[in-house]
Amino acid sequence: MKEFDHWDEQEHADLTEDEKQILDDLGLQGSTRRKFLKQVSAASLSLWAASTFSSTLLAHPMKETPTKPAFLQNEVAVSFSVNGETHQLNLDSRTSLLDALREHLGLTGSKKGCDHGQCGACTVMINGKRKLSCLTLAATCESHEVTTIEGLAKNGNMHPMQQAFLKHDGFQCGYCTPGQICSSVALLKEAEEGEASYVTEDFRKISSNLELSEEEIRERMSGNICRCGAYNNIVQAFREVHSGKEEMPSWEFATEEQMKKAKNA
Amino acid sequence: MRPFQYTKAETAQAALQAQATQTSYLGGGTNLVDLMKEDVARPERLIDVSSLQYDQVSSNENGGLSLGAMMSNAETANHVDIRKKYPLLSMAMLSAATPQIRNMATNGGNLLQRTRCPYFFETSMPCNKREPGSGCGARNGMNALHAIFGYSDSCIATHPSDMCVALAAIGAQVEVIGENGKSRKIDFSDFHRLPGDQPEKDTVLEAGELITAIHLDAPVFADNYYYLKIRERSSYAFALISVAAGFQLNGGTITKAGLAMGGVAHKPWKLREAEKFLKGKAPKLEHFEQAAEIEMAEAKPFKDNEYKVEMGKKAIVRALTQAYERTA
Ligand SMILES: Cc1cc2nc3c(=O)[nH]c(=O)nc-3n(C[C@H](O)[C@H](O)[C@H](O)COP(=O)(O)OP(=O)(O)OC[C@H]3O[C@@H](n4cnc5c(N)ncnc54)[C@H](O)[C@@H]3O)c2cc1C
Ligand code: SF4
Ligand code: FES
Ligand code: FES
Repeated sequence: MKEFDHWDEQEHADLTEDEKQILDDLGLQGSTRRKFLKQVSAASLSLWAASTFSSTLLAHPMKETPTKPAFLQNEVAVSFSVNGETHQLNLDSRTSLLDALREHLGLTGSKKGCDHGQCGACTVMINGKRKLSCLTLAATCESHEVTTIEGLAKNGNMHPMQQAFLKHDGFQCGYCTPGQICSSVALLKEAEEGEASYVTEDFRKISSNLELSEEEIRERMSGNICRCGAYNNIVQAFREVHSGKEEMPSWEFATEEQMKKAKNA
Repeated sequence: MRPFQYTKAETAQAALQAQATQTSYLGGGTNLVDLMKEDVARPERLIDVSSLQYDQVSSNENGGLSLGAMMSNAETANHVDIRKKYPLLSMAMLSAATPQIRNMATNGGNLLQRTRCPYFFETSMPCNKREPGSGCGARNGMNALHAIFGYSDSCIATHPSDMCVALAAIGAQVEVIGENGKSRKIDFSDFHRLPGDQPEKDTVLEAGELITAIHLDAPVFADNYYYLKIRERSSYAFALISVAAGFQLNGGTITKAGLAMGGVAHKPWKLREAEKFLKGKAPKLEHFEQAAEIEMAEAKPFKDNEYKVEMGKKAIVRALTQAYERTA
C-alpha cells in the first residue's frame, strides 16, 4: 500500500499548478483526488477539464476576452443563443461561427482543425443538428440555438457521453474530442429518430430507435477525423451510452499486486 | 477571405430584387464559403437564401414529388416518402460527404457545387474554369480524377455530386425563378453543361436565377435500385466513379432502366445506350456485362485515369447486380 501511495504522489508531483488548481476547483481532495487521478491520465487532465466542463463551473474563462477591433468591414449585428445564453455581437460579415465562438465569446472548446469542412473538429449543434462551425458564417445564425461542448455538462455533471469518453480513453491528444463528443451526442438523437445512413440495410422500412452496429457507428462518425487514431475507444464509448449497457474498456488499471511486482522486478 | 456584404432574404422577391453582378446566393455555404476561403470565389455580396420557405417535400403534377431547394440534404434523404418511393435517391445522398455537411447542404446548393479538380482550387495554377483563358492545368498534368467522357480542349473536370447522379437516373426537372419573378423548368439532363469553350459555366442558369425546387418524375425503381460509390476510402470521400442503377421488372424482363454515372464527365453522365439495351431483356449477368461494354466503348481516358474505363465497366455490372439482388 505504501508503495502504491508513493506511485500516486509521483503522478501528483507531475501536475502543473493549473492542474492542481483544477482539481481544487472540482473539490477533489485526499483519497477522492487519488481515485480520480487513477481514472484520468495526468497528461490529459487539463485538456479534458478545459474542454468538457462548462467554463462557469471551473471559473476559468479566457483571461482576456478579445477587444473589439477598431474597424469592422461590412459589420453585421447578430444575436443568437449559445448554450442557453443569448449573445449580441457585432461582427465582420466574414466571421465564421467557429471564430465567433472562440475569439469573441471565449468558448475555446470547439477546435479549428482544417477550417475547410474536412475534419469535424469544429462540430457544434445548431438548432439540435450537428453542423460544422468553420463553414457556417456567424451572420447566418441570427436567432439560432448553438450548443457547444461547453454546454453539454449540466449543473456540474458531465454528459454521459463525456463520462464514457473518459472511461474508455476515447482520446489521446484530445484535439478532436470536443467535436467527437458533439457529434456523438447528436448521433444519439439521429438514431432515436430512425435516420438512415449509407450502410443501413433497408431504410425503406422506416423504424425509429435504430440499433447501431459497429459499422453504422463508424460510418456515422466518419466526419470526425482523429489524428491520434483513438477510433476504437470512441466507438466503445459511444456503444456504452447508446445501448445503456456497460462496455468493457479495452485497457485496465494495474492492480496493487501488479504494481508491486512491476516495482520489484 | 475578401470582404463582402451580407444580407438575409426574407422572401424570394427580395432575393431577386437584391440581385446584381458579383452577387452570390448562399445556401448551406459548404461549398461557397469554402471556395471563398480559398479565394476561388470572390462575391462582393452574399444573399442568404437558406431560410426561404422552399423547404418541403410536396406532390407534383408529374405524379411524383417535389423537393424544396432550401431543404437540407439530410432531411431530403431521410424523408419518409423519399426513402420509400425514391430509395435510389436516398442512398446516393447518404453516400455523400458527412452527416454534418448533409445537415448544412441544401438541395439547390448541391446541384451547383463546383468541381473538385485540384487545379481549380489552387489559385496559383492555370484553370479555365476559375479564370477563363488561363489554360488547363489538368490536361497535361495530374489527371487521375478527371473525365473520360464529354470533355473539351479547355476543361476535363468532373461534376462531384452524388445526388445529381441519382437524379439523372430517375428523371427530374429543376425549377428556377428569374429576375422578372417568372419561373421556368429545366429538364435535369439539360441543366448541367458540357465544358465546350466555356467551362466557367457549369449549368444553363442565367445570372441571378434562383433554384426553388427539384421536381421528380413519378416514382421508379423503388424495388430494384443501387447506388455504388467507389472511393479511395470506404467513407467520406468523393467518388472516383459512381453508378446509380435502377430498373423495373415485369414477369422477368426489364421494362425500364435508369442508369447514370458520376466521376466521369463534366455533368452527371446518363448511360442512354445501356438503358436502351437493357429494356426488354432479362436481368442477367451477361446482359449487364454487355450493357457496360456498350457504354464504356466511347470512353477516352488521359494518362492517369485509364483505370476508370475498366473500373467503370465493373461498376456498372456491380451496381446492376446489386440492384437485382434487392428485389423484395
Ligand atoms: C469536405 C466535403 C466533402 C464533401 N463530400 C461530398 C461528396 O462525397 N458527395 C457530394 O455529392 N458532395 C460532397 N460535398 C459537397 C456538398 O454536398 C456541397 O458542398 C453541398 O451540397 C452544397 O450545398 P450548399 O447548400 O452548402 O451550397 P452553397 O455552398 O451554399 O452554394 C453552392 C453554390 O450554389 C449557389 N446556390 C445555393 N443555393 C442556391 C439556390 N437556391 N439558387 C441558386 N443558386 C444557389 C451558391 O451561390 C453557390 O454558387 C462535400 C463537401 C465538403 C466540404
Ligand atoms: S480540368 Fe477544368 S477545372 Fe480542372 S484545371 Fe482544367 S479547366 Fe480547370
Ligand atoms: S475545422 Fe471545421 S471541419 Fe475542420
Ligand atoms: S485524440 Fe488526438 S486528434 Fe483525436
